[in-house]
Amino acid sequence: MSDRFDIIVVGGGPSGARAALAASAQGLNVALIDEQSAIGGQVWRAKNASILSAPKTHETRAGDALRRDVLASDITHIEGARVWQIETGWTLHVLRKDVSSELTCKSLVLATGAREYVQPVPGWTTSGVLGLAGATALFKQSLTPPGKRTIVSGTGPLVFFVASEIRRLGGEVAAVVTPNSRRDWMRALPSMLGRPALLMRGAIWVADLMLAGVPIYWQRVVTDVSGDDQVRGVSIAKLDQNWARTSEDIMLAADSLCLGNGLIPNIEAAHMLGVPIRHDHALGGWIPETTEDGGTSIDRLYLCGDGTGIRGAEAAAHQGTLTGLCAAADLGHGTVNLQKQAKAKWLKSARFGMTMTALSIPRVGQAQLTTPETIVCRCENVTRATIEAELNAGAQSSNAIKSGSRAGMGPCGGKFCATAIAQLIAQQSGAPVANIPPATPRPPLRPVPLSIAAGSFDYDALPIPKPAPL
Amino acid sequence: MIRLVPNHALKIVRSAPVVFTFDGQSVEGHAGENLAGALLRAGRLHLRNAPANGGPRGAFCCMGLCQECTVRIDGQVVEACRTEVTQGLAVERAG
Ligand SMILES: Cc1cc2nc3c(=O)[nH]c(=O)nc-3n(C[C@H](O)[C@@H](O)[C@H](O)COP(=O)(O)OP(=O)(O)OC[C@H]3O[C@@H](n4cnc5c(N)ncnc54)[C@H](O)[C@@H]3O)c2cc1C
Ligand code: FES
Repeated sequence: MSDRFDIIVVGGGPSGARAALAASAQGLNVALIDEQSAIGGQVWRAKNASILSAPKTHETRAGDALRRDVLASDITHIEGARVWQIETGWTLHVLRKDVSSELTCKSLVLATGAREYVQPVPGWTTSGVLGLAGATALFKQSLTPPGKRTIVSGTGPLVFFVASEIRRLGGEVAAVVTPNSRRDWMRALPSMLGRPALLMRGAIWVADLMLAGVPIYWQRVVTDVSGDDQVRGVSIAKLDQNWARTSEDIMLAADSLCLGNGLIPNIEAAHMLGVPIRHDHALGGWIPETTEDGGTSIDRLYLCGDGTGIRGAEAAAHQGTLTGLCAAADLGHGTVNLQKQAKAKWLKSARFGMTMTALSIPRVGQAQLTTPETIVCRCENVTRATIEAELNAGAQSSNAIKSGSRAGMGPCGGKFCATAIAQLIAQQSGAPVANIPPATPRPPLRPVPLSIAAGSFDYDALPIPKPAPL
Repeated sequence: MIRLVPNHALKIVRSAPVVFTFDGQSVEGHAGENLAGALLRAGRLHLRNAPANGGPRGAFCCMGLCQECTVRIDGQVVEACRTEVTQGLAVERAG
């Protein structure tokens, strides 16, 4: 397939789907690409085909509405398709069902969303430890709890949502562990009062856990996971205001653990294309520089959604509409009025989203949870001590660490260790993490089987394929 | 006991069971679900061995990024969280 679209949107979450809908409604020829098999993104990920029927939830209703809107539009939805390389101008290399094709467009919108950050602790690589946000992906697709008795640990509202979903799906929650204090939540309360429906949902999650006698450990953190090929116990300790440990560990029994420390924007595609990046803790770390309506310093490249800073699903959707309208207007279609409405809604929902993001901003003590023996780079099995040895030998950037220790070189492309490695460099050099930018991303943006790129699939050789032959 | 969050487990209707193998042992899943979910429900969490120390690893991000859930099917390494279960599928532990 080689088509020239007016606009291609990468990412079918609330932001990308709304951007595509807005541009399509202006009469443009729009393609919407996502590696998932259905529209919805992370927040409204669709159930897989094995679920014939199940009770509806807030998430399934919102996702179904978005899916219906896209289906009823003229958008070309290319599902199950991974964008692995982008050339300026724009040509996208898209891998779908083991075939790589090129798609071209006049303007490109990237709505690549977020992934989660998990602070490495001893034992976090044990099978049976899931990311906290990752667990919701499992629930949404498979309606399966993570185990029989699960400890749920993390920051912000997500920890209570995950605990509640485990109970809804018939699992048992052994304990909720959150670095946030009750006082952190009291501070967030004023902005939550403006969103009574969300406040009510959160209150029900917490009240249900309390009625069920599930212990909620406030201002506590997971320090260690024991078990080998299965979780057997989880140690937790008390934190001070700066999230430094202040107590000895206590051990809790469980067969599974969901563990997370907030979300970080997926900036790789934008960064690779040359969009300048800056660091802002209030938005989840490194973010690409954009104008309010999604424009970038690069002609006909637009960005929207949590990939431009963590503001939550509702803000992502409004920002998507705004960005889609703006991209359409730049191609000569559309009105300023609609843009104004979308911008007002976006700014309002963004304020609330950022209050939630603030609950996950890392504090100075957090880095100490990663002990010298802790594996930091999961792919290459590299410990903090090995990375520090590289630093002592003179390595000063994420790139230098990569070539010295292989940390960040594995098949995930450094997506799950880059933040922790930057933390270590910052500690060693005394500089703030804002001075330690991530290594420049290189294609492929997603693992590409070598059978596509150069002959046969070889896991070890990833991720450095040749350009696709098609 | 009063529950504010209902237990929906018994209201979920899944597709017909299918049988596949993981390292030669039979595992039951449902047609159309992903391998990571089916293996997890069967208590099979250890999906690959880490390089260097061979430590057991399993699904972690559940969104196709971390590559911890990779398994081998027909000699190809694939992400269990993005692969559909089918009748008779032969799945091997990777790494
Ligand atoms: C695992 C996870 C679970 C979450 N669950 C919730 C939740 O339950 N509730 C909540 O309020 N917030 C949740 N969030 C937060 C989330 O960021 C939402 O705020 C919301 O989904 C953001 O919308 P978005 O459209 O910006 O991005 P997303 O919804 O993340 O959509 C981005 C889409 O881009 C696609 N994509 C990215 N790169 C490529 C590529 N190279 N090729 C093809 N497709 C690509 C992804 O498949 C994804 O569908 C979750 C985040 C994560 C990481
Ligand atoms: S669990 Fe991370 S890629 Fe499958």
